[in-house]
Amino acid sequence: MTTDWVFNLYVFVLATFVGYQVISRVPPLLHTPLMSGTNAISGISLVASLLAAGTNHRLSQILGFVAVTCATINVVGGFLITDRMLRMFHKKPSPLAAKSAPARAGADS
Amino acid sequence: MTPAAVLLSLCYLLSAVLFILCLRGLSGPESARRGLVLGELGMLIAVVGTLLHKDIVRYDWILAGLVIGSTIGVAISAWIPMTKMPERIALSHSFGGLASALVGVAEYLREVEHLTPFKMGALGFETFLGFLTFTGSVMAFGKLSGLVRGAPVTWKGQNVINIGLFLGALVAIGCLVFNREASHVFFGVAGTGLALGVMAVLPIGGADMPVVISLLNSYAGLAACATGFALNSQILIICGALDGSSGLLLSILMSKAMNRSFTNVLFGAFGQTPDAAAAVAGAAETRPFNEATVEDAASVLKASQSVIVIPGYGMAVSQAQHAVRDLAAALEKRGANVRYAIHPVAGRMPGHMNVLLAEANVSYDRLFDLDAINDDFGHTDAVLVVGANDVVNPAAKNDSSSPIYGMPVFNVEQSRSVLVLKRSMKAGFSGVENELFYQSNTMMVLGDAKKTLLALVAEVRDG
Repeated sequence: MTTDWVFNLYVFVLATFVGYQVISRVPPLLHTPLMSGTNAISGISLVASLLAAGTNHRLSQILGFVAVTCATINVVGGFLITDRMLRMFHKKPSPLAAKSAPARAGADS
Repeated sequence: MTPAAVLLSLCYLLSAVLFILCLRGLSGPESARRGLVLGELGMLIAVVGTLLHKDIVRYDWILAGLVIGSTIGVAISAWIPMTKMPERIALSHSFGGLASALVGVAEYLREVEHLTPFKMGALGFETFLGFLTFTGSVMAFGKLSGLVRGAPVTWKGQNVINIGLFLGALVAIGCLVFNREASHVFFGVAGTGLALGVMAVLPIGGADMPVVISLLNSYAGLAACATGFALNSQILIICGALDGSSGLLLSILMSKAMNRSFTNVLFGAFGQTPDAAAAVAGAAETRPFNEATVEDAASVLKASQSVIVIPGYGMAVSQAQHAVRDLAAALEKRGANVRYAIHPVAGRMPGHMNVLLAEANVSYDRLFDLDAINDDFGHTDAVLVVGANDVVNPAAKNDSSSPIYGMPVFNVEQSRSVLVLKRSMKAGFSGVENELFYQSNTMMVLGDAKKTLLALVAEVRDG
């Protein structure tokens, strides 16, 4: 039992390290989708909420029910809205084909 | 371990790998959507696996929660406009925090007789951080949506009280480790978390919201981690750590982009000297500046070959992103090279401007970061500032007495002419006066940004 937390600490430290490495490669362009995406992933607390809601303890059921609702909003809403955002990012052919420059007017200031 | 438990653990392992791949996909817009599908798959595996867990003896509450949550989740994500994204993010952090906190309370009520000291400590942290994230994010949501006054609320001894509350909660969690039955102490910790969330966000102003949102993101992750430690669940620890490190990294980036330390943001600097800022603003209002009409502005733009657009929070407020795109398209049709310069803290959350411009169908290879474009202003004909203020303030470079001194800003003043679309001549959120507006090559076009832009589009198209 005492070694459980040491093992979990290993997992925590290594996951933080991997997370930091992976996330530092996300460009500023995608920082908002990153936030809503990690938000959806951290909706994994749904797993713990399910366990709380599925017991026979009355109060735990009710608290678990609220927790399941909140976590589900994050999971479902988080993934949907991240996808909605990512769908908007397009790269279009450069409009620089037209190079005919109009004559420059003098500085207007 | 029973075979079923081993299988469930392996499911979680697979989910964790899929989540990491999902985040890796976000390193580029091309791979991001594919990555997201992997994340969704990971979540499905984890949830279905858990539903088969032997400790789950009834499904009625679970089903109700899943159905209601999904309905609300779908509704929010389908109808929320992109300009409201910071509010949505703040709200989802509050849901995440609340879920963690309630799981903590439920676990405490159910298991109090069997808690080991370590598990008790983890539950204490989970509940404290969860409730803190909950109320903090609700406050942030209130400030962003205008339900709560956005200006910093400060009073004497504020920081001492906040630090006191924090230390008090730590001591109380310490007591619980030795006396787990003291339920009043446990609920005291929960209450302190709730109070501290409100107190900590009150003094933080609108312009600092990107840092606060990132920090709350990180707290929500830490709360999930604490849940994982309490329940001995590795998948929760991994996901919490991913969320936490993402929030931390973003907060660091945002603080750097404002040249401010964490402690400086949290314990307030802006709004500490409102008298001085007000005095400057008052004195400056009579100073002469070039107020330009739409026609003047349009003639400058029509004569420009290279244009850089700098969007700010004002663009989000007046929902002008589509009008900006139309103007850029009209200018490109005339042969101009139009690019967008995006400051890391423009808007109210990381990446806010990028999402808005993407929504308006602006190609993402026209969006440039601060470092990528800052040397180009010297050979740019016109800069169009749409509702941005502090990020184009030269005082950050040359006035060491300015509160924003040292913040990396765009070298806007180097371009041949600067057009500023602004609601009025009032100072920005930080209350700092902006020298740029009074320069000889700056033209101020006052009024609602969207209306001005639409008028500009018409002018440019006609000419």
